[in-house]
Amino acid sequence: MNLRPRLIAALAIFVGMALVPPVAAALGDPFLTVIASRMLVFAIAALSLDLILGYGAMVSFGHAAYVGVGAYAVAIGARFGVTDLLAQMALGALMSAAFALVTGAISLRTRGVYFIMITLAFAQMAFFFFVSQSSLGGDDGVALTARSTLLSTDVLESDIAFFYTILAVLVLCYGGLYRLTNARFGRVLTGTRENPLRMQAIGYRPFPYQLTAYVIAACIASVAGVLLANQTEYVSPAYMAWSRSGELIVMLVLGGIGTLTGAMAGALITVGLEHTFAAWSEHWRLGFGLLLVLVVLFSPDGITGLLKRLGVGPRHD
Amino acid sequence: MTEPLLQVRALRKSFGALAVTDDVSLSVTEGELHAIIGPNGAGKTTLISQLSGQLAPDSGTILYDGAPITRLDMAARVRRGLARSFQITALLPGMSVLENVSLAVQARSGSSYRFWRPVADDAALSQEAMQALDEVGLADRAHRPARALSHGEQRQLELAVALATKPRLLLLDEPLAGTGGQEAEVLISLMRRLKDRLTIVLIEHDMGAVFALADRVSVLVYGQIAASGTPGDIRADPKVRAAYLGEEEEGTPDA
Ligand SMILES: Nc1ncnc2c1ncn2[C@@H]1O[C@H](COP(=O)(O)OP(=O)(O)O)[C@@H](O)[C@H]1O
Ligand SMILES: [Mg+2]
Repeated sequence: MNLRPRLIAALAIFVGMALVPPVAAALGDPFLTVIASRMLVFAIAALSLDLILGYGAMVSFGHAAYVGVGAYAVAIGARFGVTDLLAQMALGALMSAAFALVTGAISLRTRGVYFIMITLAFAQMAFFFFVSQSSLGGDDGVALTARSTLLSTDVLESDIAFFYTILAVLVLCYGGLYRLTNARFGRVLTGTRENPLRMQAIGYRPFPYQLTAYVIAACIASVAGVLLANQTEYVSPAYMAWSRSGELIVMLVLGGIGTLTGAMAGALITVGLEHTFAAWSEHWRLGFGLLLVLVVLFSPDGITGLLKRLGVGPRHD
Repeated sequence: MTEPLLQVRALRKSFGALAVTDDVSLSVTEGELHAIIGPNGAGKTTLISQLSGQLAPDSGTILYDGAPITRLDMAARVRRGLARSFQITALLPGMSVLENVSLAVQARSGSSYRFWRPVADDAALSQEAMQALDEVGLADRAHRPARALSHGEQRQLELAVALATKPRLLLLDEPLAGTGGQEAEVLISLMRRLKDRLTIVLIEHDMGAVFALADRVSVLVYGQIAASGTPGDIRADPKVRAAYLGEEEEGTPDA
């Protein structure tokens, strides 16, 4: 079997992004690497949302909450002397998993627009919970005194080392999700998206599979949150605002819902454009909105669908 | 006399004021093909939905293999060997024909909490799925997306998926709906073969097929069993001729 086009597209993304730090150095513009770090962080978050929204047809409008929980895991961890990145990721994933298990079990009792609303409501609960935590800076959030340590070293203080760390995490998340979506578990998830009644009629109970996917996605989102806190060196409830959840959905719509490569591409493009155009004009979002409308109208499968039609992009997975 | 494989006792189901299943009792012996006929809106699909666990009856009991299954959900009944096909094709349209079937094989062979190994490499799954496709004559369509099949082929796939669950009792809800000529022939000869190794409850509007295949026929009218017997009895029953068969000749088969 030949290497699938979507795998090649993903590889191209990874290689392209790996070249950013040397290019930034050559251009004498180290800020490029900083922006690219942010792009990668959101690519991880978008991947995780795509698992439930794209493969599972669970339209969560509260996914940013898990990114936020990951970010707070850094602040909370640091307070208790847990400064290691991996330990903070584990802490964030644990907190997110607990929150996702409870809220997911309740949300998955509903369908369609109710699922959207209830996930939004739970995310707002998390938002206001952290707003009310004055010891964590409340509304304003809290600045981090340093980036996390990695295996007792402070290598992450280097923007370049930090960048490659994020890239490595992204590659791992992509690889893991690629395997998962093509394994038995992923087929059950996709089948349930296609027709839940049919799945029951051949002997499945979709709920535990959907809940498992929901928890996995929450854990990955919190990993992105741990990295985001380190990238901004700041943690605030704003990370879990409902508008952030909306932006994650926008990334998927732009890149192509239900393809991992599309999710990454959508995130990279969205964050990239944000930084490029925010410098030019405050009204850049108007242009971005227009772009989104065009994509939805002319290529419902997003950028991935567009490339596919041109015969170069990844096939729909 | 052996105990029937399926026994339905005093089953009732209403939608609002409308009694769609009105005190239905029925028994199906192992190995027989039991056809249920009746005009549109008689409650045939609703009955199948209660037998398969998609709908809960208001009252009554369903015994399968001697044990009550009335409270079991669809998945549990499928695992006990009770499979159904849908009148309105219910496939996984975006997935391949093979995937549609192999997911049914997967459901009864080992855990689906496997996150790493590509399911495409699982030769055992694909092999069993291909057998089911072969049986219905769709093997050469295996890698097409299900939505790309013709209507008749989708009806064949409905059957292949039900077969892949390895049923003991097959509930078929108008498998011939919307098929014609050649397509219907293929499905009828398939049912003739299946009838030798499975117990089948068949809902069908095509009287030719019903009288050719059925060992017993029950007639459902306004949610009640109006008559039950051998195809010969049913054909001769004046009540049935008036209530149903006469109507059928003027002929508006279910869509
Ligand atoms: N979910 C439902 N809610 C309300 N009425 C229903 C529902 N399903 C079926 N019905 C009604 O029940 C009656 C029997 O339907 P059905 O079982 O599909 O009949 P058949 O399969 O014999 O044509 C019809 O009048 C139909 O409109
Ligand atoms: Mg019907």
